[in-house]
Amino acid sequence: MTKKLEREDLLKAYRTMRTIREFEERLHTDFATGEIPGFVHLYAGEEASATGVCMNLTAEDHIASTHRGHGHCIAKGVDPVGMMAEIWGRTTGTCKGKGGSMHIADLSVGMLGANGIVGGGGPLVCGTALAAKLRGQPFVSVCFFGDGASNQGTIFEAMNLASVWNLPVIFLAENNGYAEATSSKFSVACENIADRASAFGMPGVTVDGFDFFAVYEAAGEAIERARNGGGPSLVEVKLSRYYGHFEGDQQTYRAPGEVQALRDNKDCLMQFARRVTQSGALTQADLDTIDAEVKALIDGSVVKAKSDPKPSEADLLTDVYVSY
Amino acid sequence: MARKITYQQAINEALDQEMSRDQNVIVMGEDVAGGEGSPGEQDAWGGVLGVTRGLYHKHPGRVIDTPISESGYVGAAVGAACCGMRPVAELMFVDFLGVCFDQIFNQAAKFRYMFGGKAETPVVIRAMYGAGFRAAAQHSQCLYNIFTHIPGLKVVVPSNPYDAKGLLIQSIRDNDPVIFLEHKALYTMEGEVPEELYTVPFGEAAVVREGNDVTIVAIGRMVQKAQEAAAELQKAGVQCEIIDPRTTSPLDTDTILESVEKTGRLIVVDESHPRCSMASDIAGLVAENAFASLKAPIRQITGPHSPVPFSDSLEELYIPSAAKIVAAAKSLKEYR
Repeated sequence: MTKKLEREDLLKAYRTMRTIREFEERLHTDFATGEIPGFVHLYAGEEASATGVCMNLTAEDHIASTHRGHGHCIAKGVDPVGMMAEIWGRTTGTCKGKGGSMHIADLSVGMLGANGIVGGGGPLVCGTALAAKLRGQPFVSVCFFGDGASNQGTIFEAMNLASVWNLPVIFLAENNGYAEATSSKFSVACENIADRASAFGMPGVTVDGFDFFAVYEAAGEAIERARNGGGPSLVEVKLSRYYGHFEGDQQTYRAPGEVQALRDNKDCLMQFARRVTQSGALTQADLDTIDAEVKALIDGSVVKAKSDPKPSEADLLTDVYVSY
Repeated sequence: MARKITYQQAINEALDQEMSRDQNVIVMGEDVAGGEGSPGEQDAWGGVLGVTRGLYHKHPGRVIDTPISESGYVGAAVGAACCGMRPVAELMFVDFLGVCFDQIFNQAAKFRYMFGGKAETPVVIRAMYGAGFRAAAQHSQCLYNIFTHIPGLKVVVPSNPYDAKGLLIQSIRDNDPVIFLEHKALYTMEGEVPEELYTVPFGEAAVVREGNDVTIVAIGRMVQKAQEAAAELQKAGVQCEIIDPRTTSPLDTDTILESVEKTGRLIVVDESHPRCSMASDIAGLVAENAFASLKAPIRQITGPHSPVPFSDSLEELYIPSAAKIVAAAKSLKEYR
């Protein structure tokens, strides 16, 4: 049975989703000025997935993420101020300006890294889960991956390995409908990614990724099973990204009005707010307070990132090895 | 106390003793136990050539058979290493690099730098390499040069049983990802190996033989070929100095340069293909840093730019021979 969400949990869930949204919307705005280096892949629209999953995790549990990793990082507890500095290439960033948007990692909170290689995380979480199992620790590992990665051999190998070794792993497929510009209707050979679970001897379930509560329950069930030695699961979350594959993507492959219709009718923050205020669990004032605090946090993170120093030449050759 | 054991036994002993010393050391790979889930005995193979034989029963739960999924289990070893385990993953043949390279060079090798120095990945990937087994193009390559190219990886190529044990123990204790390459033609080589635990440090070449006329830098099995050639050359009055780098990353450049400054002549013997090889790398290093000492051109003796052939008549031509080293050394001695 998944843990019942108390007031504090609901406030935390809303704050996490709002932080991700604010972080990503701000990046969308700032990227257009040309000041942010490199590529950014925004997670806006998918907040219920990272938050619904990670609300079931502790700092000792591990997650592996994707190139679209900001939401996973925030939901797992990585400091957004350090993340913003990282994305701006500053020495105060989470990875001292050496990783950037696609490689933010913080092992101290169990975040194994956003990953520039599609499907790269599947094998890695088999290792973190194996370590927990060998040590007799009740920790689980979650591999977030997209519909694109669902076709990678590494994910198939990892799913088989996790089943063969009976590892506490949750394969969390975020099916946002597009691998770059290619529709998952074209690239995924079955109706649901979750249908593939049976091929690897594990349970599979598909849930609505706009509904925080549905994700929380489905992921919670899989996580609890894994924690109790019941082995791996595949959870497919169907959702959508509000922006392009990367910033600057004109999204000519999407139907006109597709995103606006989702924002108007299915948005995860809107649904969450409506449900908790209608049930009386939270008030609109509770949410407004969080909105204001989050906005101040993100505004502050940008101001700080812009004024923080960039790494210097002395940093170029440090941390290639532990010892060399 | 030292006694004579083989290169293969030295590797097995290093794994065994390190597993006893540190519970975080685990061994995983295809058939590293062998027989898992089969009707016959467990530990039936102990590795495809028996290198890990006997470890399964001595270290219950820590010698782990895997499906044939190199990306899957090599990546799992990398992930476990991020949690403080010290996994030794066996890739069987180094040629299988082609089905798991991403987990090695984009994941393991990058974490420390890319994560701002906040990650350690103490994983060892063992693999056998090299020609001479009539195993042909997909089971005979060297490939240490490919790993050596990647910052973040350390690359170990022991040429004898003593170094194999000491370097493997160092590899397991090292906090960076290490590629440990075992030449399959050396598995039966015997040598004096201490029973106790010891380490051989990385980045310290061995001067296998001293001499004033020609420096021969030889890698892995090629050290044996260089020794055969040096014995022959001695009879002809040419004194060779043989240097075994032992690790290609880090590379002990000082020992190589000092030797060339003394002899003025350099031959590099490298079993891999000639382009972008350790031979061309070391030749470039010496040309750039010891040019004034050179009395003759640098000679590179490598395999040809072809896949490793199957037929014994061709494979013997492929592998650098002592005769080629002898001829090269004589021509350098007579140059000008």
